[in-house]
Amino acid sequence: MTSTTQAVRSGPVRRRTGTSERTAGYWWYLAPGAIGFAAVVLVPFGMNIWYSFHSWSGVGTMTPVGLSNYTTLFHDATFWTSFRNSIYFIVAMAIIPTALGVLVAAVLFDFIAPRFGTRTGSILRATFYLPQILPIAVAGVLWKWMYQPDYGVINTVLRSVGLGSLAQNWLGDAHLAIYAVMNVLVWLQIGYTVVIFMAGLSRVDPALYEAAELDGANWWQRFRTITLNQLRPEIAVVLITTSVAALKVFAPIYMLTKGGPGTSTIVPSYFSYYNFFTTMRVGYGAAVATVLAVVVTVVAVVAMRYQARSTEGLDQ
Amino acid sequence: MTTDTASVTPQPTTLDTAPPAGRPTTPRRRGARSRRGISGWVVLAVVVACALLMLFPFWIALVNGFKTSEDYISGSPLTLPSHLSFQAVVDFWKGVDFGQKLVNSVVISGCVAVAGVALSLLSAFAIGIGRIRGRIWILAIFMVAFTIPQEALVYPLFVLTRDLDLYDTRLGVIIISAVLQSAFGTYMLASVLGAFPSEVLEAARLDGASRFQVLRHIVLPLTRPTLGVLLTFFFIWTWNDFFLPLILLPSASNQTVSVSLGALSGQYTSDPTALAAASLVGILPALVFFLLFQRTLMRGVNLGAVK
Repeated sequence: MTSTTQAVRSGPVRRRTGTSERTAGYWWYLAPGAIGFAAVVLVPFGMNIWYSFHSWSGVGTMTPVGLSNYTTLFHDATFWTSFRNSIYFIVAMAIIPTALGVLVAAVLFDFIAPRFGTRTGSILRATFYLPQILPIAVAGVLWKWMYQPDYGVINTVLRSVGLGSLAQNWLGDAHLAIYAVMNVLVWLQIGYTVVIFMAGLSRVDPALYEAAELDGANWWQRFRTITLNQLRPEIAVVLITTSVAALKVFAPIYMLTKGGPGTSTIVPSYFSYYNFFTTMRVGYGAAVATVLAVVVTVVAVVAMRYQARSTEGLDQ
Repeated sequence: MTTDTASVTPQPTTLDTAPPAGRPTTPRRRGARSRRGISGWVVLAVVVACALLMLFPFWIALVNGFKTSEDYISGSPLTLPSHLSFQAVVDFWKGVDFGQKLVNSVVISGCVAVAGVALSLLSAFAIGIGRIRGRIWILAIFMVAFTIPQEALVYPLFVLTRDLDLYDTRLGVIIISAVLQSAFGTYMLASVLGAFPSEVLEAARLDGASRFQVLRHIVLPLTRPTLGVLLTFFFIWTWNDFFLPLILLPSASNQTVSVSLGALSGQYTSDPTALAAASLVGILPALVFFLLFQRTLMRGVNLGAVK
């Protein structure tokens, strides 16, 4: 190990002598992770971009087609629909769960817990979190069954209380399906935001609330001025991570609607999967996946830089 | 609604707690009962109602999974079964050979968790303790692994595993998932190890400890709680993972629990309780993990969110 250290060391002289000698040997510990990363992420992503410049059915020869997959894509209505639906799913996975999560967390943390004990608070928190541990495939089977138009629970209950006129083919109606899927996503996501915001609240100095309470601020005023401000870092992180997750959403769509009826609930990830494995247009699917990867990366990087800047501003 | 009622209570309680204003804990505990009031109960009722709404699908699966079709059709889907019938559950279990799926899921999730944590620890040791050059960039590149959509990797992975005879093997999925998850683990552990007390490391070095001895005898024992959180999360993430096993494990004998349920998403069956039974069987392992690891999960969720 020492010999390799010497070999690597021959680079420029570092300010703190001895440090580079010490650090050089650490590169070996990075090797397994780096090799794995290259084999599982870097090379496959490169190959995916390569495929996207070809027409290929997965077997036989690949025909280079230049950028034509991408030009086709930009004139493909399904492609644009898939990204428009992504906005709906950002609402369902990021915006609504964040808004409700902050409210529920604040109520549990400084209304329920002080009055009814922290145990009540944590039991309720666990209840909200429960859907998070469920495999999405299971949640999908369960909700698909509940939405079933003939014998599904939702329609059966509606009919039994005389509201049969409200019974719908929830997942089979092109206008309703996206809202039915959104409903499942809110149910899945809300626990994540509640748990994170409750943890964030436990970090807030209770003296802030005490002072506001002494000044006669009511719960809603304290929520708006203290809770929302103090939770700003958590809200930013949650919005970024859940929006990225929403752009990538696949399993709930696969389980509930397979993008249908028609293309009413299609998302970019399902659209690329569909091209890869159903219509065997691998090059086209690869182009969709590449565009999605670029969009996700841009959103993540921009959001994180914006967040870093705005929290810096807060400190000053 | 909630806010209106909530705004009423603080006034009397501020008087209650005003004298020892500096100490929030003791008066709170003493004053808890008097602070509840009617509005307190109303808010609690609203929150409990929301919580029950969250539990509703679980309840529905539980009561209907044990019903016969006739029982389901004649009664209400909300009520308990008139008699317990394990027929639907047994049919599903036998139909998909669920025992085999459980074994596959346990083997794959267990191996991914252990391998993923080991990979994370090694990389984070180099970045956090070794403070190798360019570590910020290395971390940024690792982050790509968990922001990039798997759709942009899956076809090449499908081709590569096929060429390497790893397609439709559990090993193939284990390697890929372990690497992808270790990216997150590296990111998290690197920041934990970056704050590692340097005196401890310095002392070990003076005693002539090699890098590996430092890792094995100092870093590993002291980061065990964090590693436990990671292990739990990797296990559950892999258990719930759907996309990779869907594509890379097509044959029934290699399928995981998640994918075997995914196969049910095609068509509705004519038997109205079959899907309830299937959901119930799928919920049970998740529920066991939840009860076992609840504390670790709650601690871990925010470890990941805000470093």
